[in-house]
Amino acid sequence: MSELTHLTLKDALAGLKQRRFSAVELAQAHLDAIAAARALNAYVLETPEQALAMAAASDARLKAGEGGRLEGAALGIKDLFCTEGVRSTAGSRILGNFTPPYESTVTAKLWRDGAVMLGKLNMDEFAMGSSNETSAFGPVVNPWRSRGSNRPLTPGGSSGGSAAAVAADLALAATATDTGGSIRQPASFTGTVGIKPTYGRCSRWGIVAFASSLDQAGPLAKTVEDAAILLRSMSGHDPKDSTSLPSAVPDYPSFVGKSVKGLRIGVPKEYRAEGMPPEIETLWSDGVAWLKDAGCEVVEVSLPHTKYALPAYYIIAPAEASSNLARYDGMRYGLRVDGPTLTDTYEATRAAGFGDEVRRRVMIGAYVLSAGYYDAYYLKALKVRRRIADDFSAAFETADALLTPTAPSAAFGLGENTADPIAMYLNDIFTVTVNLAGLPGLSLPAGLDAQGLPLGLQLIGRAEDEATLFQLGGALEKAAAFRAKPAPWWRA
Amino acid sequence: MAIDAATVRKVARLARIRVEEDRLEGLAAELSGILAWIEQLNEVDTEGVAPMASTEAVSLPMREDVVTDGGDAAVILANAPKSDRGFFVVPKVVE
Repeated sequence: MSELTHLTLKDALAGLKQRRFSAVELAQAHLDAIAAARALNAYVLETPEQALAMAAASDARLKAGEGGRLEGAALGIKDLFCTEGVRSTAGSRILGNFTPPYESTVTAKLWRDGAVMLGKLNMDEFAMGSSNETSAFGPVVNPWRSRGSNRPLTPGGSSGGSAAAVAADLALAATATDTGGSIRQPASFTGTVGIKPTYGRCSRWGIVAFASSLDQAGPLAKTVEDAAILLRSMSGHDPKDSTSLPSAVPDYPSFVGKSVKGLRIGVPKEYRAEGMPPEIETLWSDGVAWLKDAGCEVVEVSLPHTKYALPAYYIIAPAEASSNLARYDGMRYGLRVDGPTLTDTYEATRAAGFGDEVRRRVMIGAYVLSAGYYDAYYLKALKVRRRIADDFSAAFETADALLTPTAPSAAFGLGENTADPIAMYLNDIFTVTVNLAGLPGLSLPAGLDAQGLPLGLQLIGRAEDEATLFQLGGALEKAAAFRAKPAPWWRA
Repeated sequence: MAIDAATVRKVARLARIRVEEDRLEGLAAELSGILAWIEQLNEVDTEGVAPMASTEAVSLPMREDVVTDGGDAAVILANAPKSDRGFFVVPKVVE
């Protein structure tokens, strides 16, 4: 029943409800697909026994005419989410075989609604990376290849495992997280849909922390409506996260398919990055034209501080990371490398446990927070962050949402950008502004480049207005009619 | 500002990450490159701008000052590299 893996989340939920197939059959079809796709390295842990047990429980509830909104849905979980009794590593050696005795709020909500966990998904170490190459488990390989080439490409990062799993039909949908673009850039690289909701929409409790003022969870899915269905279940106030939004969660799926007539779309002129491939320019113009055809009004807006967002991010995120990652001291959980003194033990443990990129960022963070540099770097970056947020507030006076490309290129080759950290950081040039301002951003596939690789468009909304993004995303998805799938070369 | 090997040594110490002597120069060059790129922030006029540490306007919520969980020593110690009779075992702290 391998065709079950080709279903959208929405169609799978409908099929389960109508008892056209069972949750166990659906889970087994995905487990078989996962076992045949190990060449992609998307999963760092497969949990077949748990998946089948959860699916059997779903079948019992469905048979009794009960069942939640995600009853029987076979999902993959990014390994940044703590899952009770199931190893959670954040892609790092330093967590070793850490097995959380608790469940993250977001995954708990998914299980409450009846979802089934297939396994844990690969990612950049502590979500620090844009290509999945910083993972302690090795990189994920993008299911997509350039036309006529066998060269392995990155699925993007940090949620590369989540994006690859969804693109290769190894999960109906997946959880992911986004601190500077880690949901949206992988979505763009793999022809999938991803949304980073408003900061605070999804609880951060039980998600391994990277940069707490920027981290947000969100879904990666096959369609805009699937993303809406999953986000509805993931969202909601949580007293265990002091930054969790107290607002009610709108019924996101009901906005997909709604008319977008009269909505004002802002096109930020500063997003015409130098050296951007002409295909991305063209796709962006196509997106503008599609929304115009659907009845939107298009206005030019200005976000003058755009080019400063990445440098500000590379102060703020490392500063927060150096503080958050101080907890990995080898004393209470994870790796410990013993030395002659306590300090030696700390230093040896962290040297052995952290990869190069994590070490780099923790050291930058320690530096910009250190005496004598705090004002010049950290405080300056926080002021620039305010400028960036103010740019968006001004733009949203004349626009209801913004349309931009998601990433400055299509998926690149594994190993291509590893020697130059700044070249890697520039992948997030169009996505990182949204994290700094705490706004929602949605990426959806809109076309293929000349090599046959997917390219994404990004919609940016006002704080707490994911609903408008789903509305516009639905219209763009319909107009773009993106149907391409990667050829399953990975199948064992 | 360019970072030299001595500064890398100091920062590594602050970050509690051991860096071998032969890696100091390489890391100094890497971190200097990143900081040089970051310094374009000085082009932005931030006179009178309030620093923004959080995107949320709301103040921190308060809750009743009561015990909400606890008493789970075995669960908490389950992932410990070393433990003994309900305690974490750590290297000697006081000489």
